Amino acid sequence: MNRHNKFEFPEVIKTPSRFRNPIGKYRLNRTGDCIACGKCVEICPYGVHVMKRGRVFVKNHYLCVGPDCPEPCHEACPVQALSLKRNPDFDVMGDFRWPPDLLASTWHMAEFGEMPQAGLEYRIGDSGGGFDKLRLKFKDGASGHGSGPDGPDEDVDLGLDLNRRNDNAHRIRAEVPFYGGGMSYGSVSITTMLSRIKAFAALGTFCCTGEGGYPDELKPYDDNVITQVATGLFGVKEETIRRVKIVEFKYAQGAKPGLGGHLLGDKVTPGVARMREAVVGYPLFSPFPFHSVYSVEDHKKHVDWIKAINPRALVSVKVSTPNDVDMVAVGSYYAGAHIIHLDGSYGGTGAAPDIAKKNIAMPIEYAIPKVHRFLQDEGVRDKITVIASGGLRTPHDVAKIIALGADGVCTGTADLVALECIRCHNCESGRGCARGIATTDPELMKLIEFEWGTQRVLNMFLAWRKELIRIIRKFGMKSLKELVGRTDCLAHLDYMKK
Amino acid sequence: MPSKYVIHTKPVSHRFEPVTRSGIIAWEEGCLKCAVCVKKQCVYGVYENRALDSRQMIDSIDNQCMNCLRCVQGCPKELIHKSLNPEFKALGDSYWSPEIIARLWYQAETGKIPVSGSGYPGPFSGPGFDSMWTDMSEIVRPTRDGIHGREYISTAIDLGRTPPYLKFTGSGDLNGESLSVVDIPLPIILRLPGFGSLSDETIKGWAMAARRLGTLMSLPEGRINDAVKDFGEWLMPVISPDSPGPGSVPEGVRLVEVPWSADWKGIVRNIEEKDPSLLISVKIPMAEGMEEKALSLVEEGISIIHLEAGPDGRFLDDRTQYMKDGIRFVHTKLVGEGVRDELTLLASGGLAMAEHVAKAMICGADSVFIDFPILIALECRMCRRCTKELSCPVEIDAAPSTWVAARVINLLGAWHNQLLEVMGAMGIRDARRLRGEEGRAMFFEDLDRSVFGSMGDVEEGCELE
Repeated sequence: MNRHNKFEFPEVIKTPSRFRNPIGKYRLNRTGDCIACGKCVEICPYGVHVMKRGRVFVKNHYLCVGPDCPEPCHEACPVQALSLKRNPDFDVMGDFRWPPDLLASTWHMAEFGEMPQAGLEYRIGDSGGGFDKLRLKFKDGASGHGSGPDGPDEDVDLGLDLNRRNDNAHRIRAEVPFYGGGMSYGSVSITTMLSRIKAFAALGTFCCTGEGGYPDELKPYDDNVITQVATGLFGVKEETIRRVKIVEFKYAQGAKPGLGGHLLGDKVTPGVARMREAVVGYPLFSPFPFHSVYSVEDHKKHVDWIKAINPRALVSVKVSTPNDVDMVAVGSYYAGAHIIHLDGSYGGTGAAPDIAKKNIAMPIEYAIPKVHRFLQDEGVRDKITVIASGGLRTPHDVAKIIALGADGVCTGTADLVALECIRCHNCESGRGCARGIATTDPELMKLIEFEWGTQRVLNMFLAWRKELIRIIRKFGMKSLKELVGRTDCLAHLDYMKK
Repeated sequence: MPSKYVIHTKPVSHRFEPVTRSGIIAWEEGCLKCAVCVKKQCVYGVYENRALDSRQMIDSIDNQCMNCLRCVQGCPKELIHKSLNPEFKALGDSYWSPEIIARLWYQAETGKIPVSGSGYPGPFSGPGFDSMWTDMSEIVRPTRDGIHGREYISTAIDLGRTPPYLKFTGSGDLNGESLSVVDIPLPIILRLPGFGSLSDETIKGWAMAARRLGTLMSLPEGRINDAVKDFGEWLMPVISPDSPGPGSVPEGVRLVEVPWSADWKGIVRNIEEKDPSLLISVKIPMAEGMEEKALSLVEEGISIIHLEAGPDGRFLDDRTQYMKDGIRFVHTKLVGEGVRDELTLLASGGLAMAEHVAKAMICGADSVFIDFPILIALECRMCRRCTKELSCPVEIDAAPSTWVAARVINLLGAWHNQLLEVMGAMGIRDARRLRGEEGRAMFFEDLDRSVFGSMGDVEEGCELE
């Protein structure tokens, strides 16, 4: 029947933190009064306490759900040896967009492949606007229609057709409504890069190389790789363009809209230099913009160039979100693009000036409805795939942006959080990420194992998939496509009538 | 083309250990004395490089910690923790927030633009300047690559009257009104803050910075003494209503300011009579009636108007209104009356970050004043002890002028580069073209309502998630 029925998703494999002490929201303190009766071990639904050789101890603080617990051990303890408090370390992590609750719930997904059961806010952050003020609105009894609440997961279609022009290019379908955004070789370690790509390949979708070349290690995943052509043209060769099914032009990125990139000399190691055909130790500037493109006609020339080298490749155009983002989108369509990828101003993983991250260009929540409506008015909305990125953190964000008018999304930061990024924002300083994610330092890179990284990313996205299926069912729909542009499925807290 | 304007910066160390957002709490009790302790494995060498600041008697460890939490997550006895620092949270006030203060300290120390990875961490939007975004260009419009020096972006502006057209005599010579303007290479004028533990050295340091930057330092004429008398060209004295007149200002002064008062006209005439070459700015409060005041100043031939808002960027009378809108009201009014190009509009109050300079200009100002940032550059914690005549915890009054100047030059160097980033992304090569470019900005109040305004209906029985 449907093609997507044939695709088999991989299994979740439990993959705990790579650190000795995972950070949770709560801590349980056990005093010397403990008589090792085992009551806490017996009643805790989350496996926080462990009995070993006649002694009881708190093995997994991080699994404790605190006041949400239906059977609190500290109340049940016959000798009051247990006390519960909030973990001070927890509040040191994260920020408004990714508060500690979101980090911890993403880690839960990466470990168990499902949403946290209690104790953590896993749907929204604390930014006080945009996604965090939007709510999915389920009409009374909606879930009674459609596929019903309990059918097999395969009855709900989350797939994404990437070629809607129906031209000579590949007819490509992503099995999930997301793919991996570009993070270059050099900005992240090869292990991080491979972990992401392997996970996305296993999910039947794609992952972009970013602008740092196309390392040979990626060859086994050629069919799931999107290679990027950006302003520095680092590592771009005819051979790499021919190897893939999707080529992405990066005109701008949300982390630093309107600004070029800068890889510090320290990060230009021999490996990076070889890949980028540059000199070891010299800083690399990726200019802004493409100095060969100042109009839609120039842009079309770029697209045609790709089509001449690889006629069946899909062309994606990644742009940021200026005031006239709608003109840019429609121009990209007429230039022959299959995918218009809008990268909102609050996202991005790369190092960027804080002034740019905060102030330049508009958040994705504004850009998508603007573009969706403009393309509809132009009569071409169903001929192009609209991808959103830039600050999407949860499956709820995905559902919201699709209801605002996107077809699918691109992720980056969430993948890094699955690898235990704590958002200390020091990716670029010194030897790079101290947690071994965004670094090319040979010692720090060893902090992540390929298998572990792959499974963590995979688990998180399997949890996202499960949650999206639940949401689609609850809307009474059978396919995510039905949700596109359905702003009537959303409510914004600031505009709700009292 | 003017010669390229570059602000040379070099790191200038702090005199006191800055207050940090969080601190390390490490217990000794129960330590296993592991052969390979997580403290020795610190990527940043924090535990090895820690030292005692003998002046403050505090440990430098928290200032080096980069919050990777690896020691917290690695210690087998879980003896190391991090905790938010209440002293940090208590810095400043709701407007001059701890984050803004820490960011200004960093820029004054390093002269660098704050750069960080992994996306924007802050709130979606906020009051005042935080409710607008600036535009960028791609594909359909060119950007300018200013920061890496491949294209020259000018941040220079003129203060004074620019005539709408030039008149020539029959022989081709310039006829009529001569150009009387002061050029500054940066649209930022330094201004004495409303409080601070200041000494002659502090004020001299600021004057030195103004000279080095090529801009001006505004201060009441009563604060001008021997320490700054040689800096006349770089000073902008504020004339008090009972001043003996411009004879009291140092030699070389090009521009003075007169605050709005019942008799502002008399004071202005008095100055003009004594020294017709002086440029005069009149300061009006950002409050009810400012548009009319501004128009009346234009009618009287005043060429520079200074709109002063409160130190928290709000109107001086109506605390619910923000200077972003105040500047727009006056600018729009002047445009409507067809006189905007004849004068220079300056804005002050609540300029706390580099982005505020660009945004104030987009709203219609030609240039801005900054006051508290040049104090915070000197490690001020905005504790306001000095306003109660208590000692300054960071002894600003004891800082030498050379240190003061270097810190302020660093701060302005970082702000200049950030202005270039914003202008470059917009594709604007001349700061004078940034003025009033509202079409190249996006405002929360427009966007939010147009996108989400229709999402307010929640029918009976709906479930929100």
